[in-house]
Amino acid sequence: MTVFLIRRFSQSLAVLLVMSLLVFVGVYAIGDPVELLVSAEADQFERARVIADLGLDKPLWEQYGYFLLQSFKGDLGTSFVFNQPALLLILERMPATLEIAFAAVILSIVIGIPLGMIAGLRPHAWYSRTIMSVSILGFSLPTFWVGLMMIMVFAVILGWLPASGRGDTVDLFGVPVSFLTWDGLTHLLLPAVNLALFKVSLVIRLTRAGMRENMLMDYVKFAYAKGLSHARVIFVHVLKNILVPVVTVVGLELGNVIAFAVVTESIFAWPGMGKLLIDSIYRLDRPIVVAYLLITVVMFIVINFIVDVLYSVLDPRVRLESKS
Amino acid sequence: MRKMIGMAVSAAAIALAGSAYAADIKVGLSSEPTAMDPHYHNVGPNNMLSNAVFDKLVAQDAAQNKVPGLAESWKQLAPNVWEFKLRKGVKWHDGSPFTAEDVKFTMSRAGNVPKSPSSFKLFTGILTEVEVVDDHTVRMKTKDAFPLMPEYMSVLIVVSKKHGENATTDDYNSGKAMVGTGPYKFVEWVKGDRIVYTKNPDYWGPKPEWDKVTVKPVSDNAARVAALLAGDVDIVDFPAPSDLPMLKKNPKISLAQTQSTRLIYLHYDTNRDKSPFIFDNAGKPLEKNPLKDLRVRQAMSLAINRKAIAERVMDGLAVPSGQLMPPNVLGAIPDRKPDPYDPAKAKKLLADAGYPDGFKITIHGPNNRYINDEKVTQAIAQALTRVGIKTDVVTMPSGPFFSKGTALEFSLLLVGWNSGTGEPSDPLRALVSTYDKATGTGATNRGRYSNPALDQMVADSLKAPNREEWVRLSQGATAIAMNDLGIIPLYFQVNVWAMRKGLDYVARADEYTQIQDIRSKK
Repeated sequence: MTVFLIRRFSQSLAVLLVMSLLVFVGVYAIGDPVELLVSAEADQFERARVIADLGLDKPLWEQYGYFLLQSFKGDLGTSFVFNQPALLLILERMPATLEIAFAAVILSIVIGIPLGMIAGLRPHAWYSRTIMSVSILGFSLPTFWVGLMMIMVFAVILGWLPASGRGDTVDLFGVPVSFLTWDGLTHLLLPAVNLALFKVSLVIRLTRAGMRENMLMDYVKFAYAKGLSHARVIFVHVLKNILVPVVTVVGLELGNVIAFAVVTESIFAWPGMGKLLIDSIYRLDRPIVVAYLLITVVMFIVINFIVDVLYSVLDPRVRLESKS
Repeated sequence: MRKMIGMAVSAAAIALAGSAYAADIKVGLSSEPTAMDPHYHNVGPNNMLSNAVFDKLVAQDAAQNKVPGLAESWKQLAPNVWEFKLRKGVKWHDGSPFTAEDVKFTMSRAGNVPKSPSSFKLFTGILTEVEVVDDHTVRMKTKDAFPLMPEYMSVLIVVSKKHGENATTDDYNSGKAMVGTGPYKFVEWVKGDRIVYTKNPDYWGPKPEWDKVTVKPVSDNAARVAALLAGDVDIVDFPAPSDLPMLKKNPKISLAQTQSTRLIYLHYDTNRDKSPFIFDNAGKPLEKNPLKDLRVRQAMSLAINRKAIAERVMDGLAVPSGQLMPPNVLGAIPDRKPDPYDPAKAKKLLADAGYPDGFKITIHGPNNRYINDEKVTQAIAQALTRVGIKTDVVTMPSGPFFSKGTALEFSLLLVGWNSGTGEPSDPLRALVSTYDKATGTGATNRGRYSNPALDQMVADSLKAPNREEWVRLSQGATAIAMNDLGIIPLYFQVNVWAMRKGLDYVARADEYTQIQDIRSKK
């Protein structure tokens, strides 16, 4: 376990370093943020002042070196646009994103696993075919289109739900959350469903495949032969076995949803980090983009680690040492 | 039982009626400010919302005319001294009186906010002294004569000395220093989600109408219109042109629109001998830059059917232009017409210039900056190709576009210009004056057009002893730039606001959505 941890840690550091360099150079290559920041009215002295203030008059390697030095002290840079620490700006937006991300993942588990089990147990029934056909739609329809259609139907035509924004929030342990107020819940529903659509389909398909595969296995026949009830065989023995791939995928998808809920957040004007990322890319606000992607890398590393630990809980045959 | 249901229904109806008349309003905006600090960043979204909480000495009406704000009147005592008489009885939101000291403090702060990404130094830098004569009289002095003091004072937000001294940008963002004289008081800013204001019942000017105003940034055009249709917000700025026919038909929606001072123009490489994207018809780089020849530039301007672009490509959201500012603006030329559409003459001019078979060029344009920018860039390319200048189109997001444009990597580009002060001195100084690091002029001159006669006139105009002289020099400089075709002016954008029926908004030339101007229809 210790060897495993050390190895993971050093690998992670290397990934972070490479990532920061790539993003740093990448954003630098896209363009000059001063062009977008400085008013067209400004004279050349003002331009020169802004360039110097942002440290953009120095060569790129020097800017990167300074960034590395500061990042070891926990400072990932100051936003060009807001003149506030990039890390703070991202953390400020994180609760909103975490909220729809978890809502989406919970939806995908709560809806996906039961539907997948049904479709796997009775693969030829009409309802199973319906579930599978609908899941193809969930895969293939583009998120932004579905989002706009949902707004059209539920907000504009039916008027049941609000079209955009986050709604009222209350503080839970000092973190603003919206799922505890009615107004907040109604605002949460559409973006969460929009974000969950793809994941529900994914979980349905994974669960169904696992179900069909496991039902033919010897241990299932043996369990029935032993006289165990149908419910016990399905919900205890089979379920546990099909969960391993589902946990892997849901874990990675959680990371994806948190880091890149950009489309959904833009369409629903959800004040999360994805919206901040896309705005910052457009504004060439390099410190935020770099800090964001570094946080993303750290998050994936943590999620992968948790998934590995979960494996060993779900499947006693998996030993963490053997994986390194 | 039935009776109870009836009562419940009528109670609900009363509740609904109540909410319909509650004096709250929600505003959906395409962009969010970068700070609440009114001096942090000289950029539209910041400036327009600052106008709700604060005032300026000189206000701009919807057509960008200068009207009294915190100053009741002003006059030029000497060519380099302007006196502003301040309004009496004006109170800050905390009840303390507004005096000339606040104005003096503002002039020292506005250009000097640390780490400002675009400061107001341009406007405060010319002041050599701000003299407080008495509590309600202040004199602005400059080194040389300066004719545009009212214009400059119409962009500088006046902040309270008491709350602004030692206040950082963060203090404004958190609301601590957000104490203004304006019609609305600041409540909170939740970044990316909302900005909330309440009524200032003691406002000195027209009484604010709404108890609570919530501003919501919804950057996606389709989502913003959907929010309006769903009733989430009451008014939105800049609906996509493609949504306008649908909005016009909707009986629950009304629209407001006006011509803005945002000029869309073509900029081109008129100073270098070789230009990166100009080729002969075989595709080899041209040895001589044809754009240096005035006849070629005239041919390009005559090749463009501005009226057709305004009507068809822009869906009517454009007014053809023949100069830098709309003709009704002070300092612009009142009777100058846009160049006509004359492809025959264009071909003849090209032949005279030695290009009977034209040449090849690439036009670059942004694809997320101006209304229909990508489509207009394509239309321009077609128009030029029709007279023999075979034009390729490349469009890209504004980040790389403006960087490359400023680095002179293009030969021909489509750009826009909006004047904060609502007069032509800014574009004359920064756009068509010679690029010169010593004087600071020509910072946005991406074509390096240069005419010493114009430079002299622009410099003189900013030191003109009186307004009449300034107008004369400004018109003269504009005429030089336009006769030389230093840039090709195309059109002014028309901006649209969409709101629920029953609301009224006077569309503004500066593209600002000012929440104090949103009213219910009388």
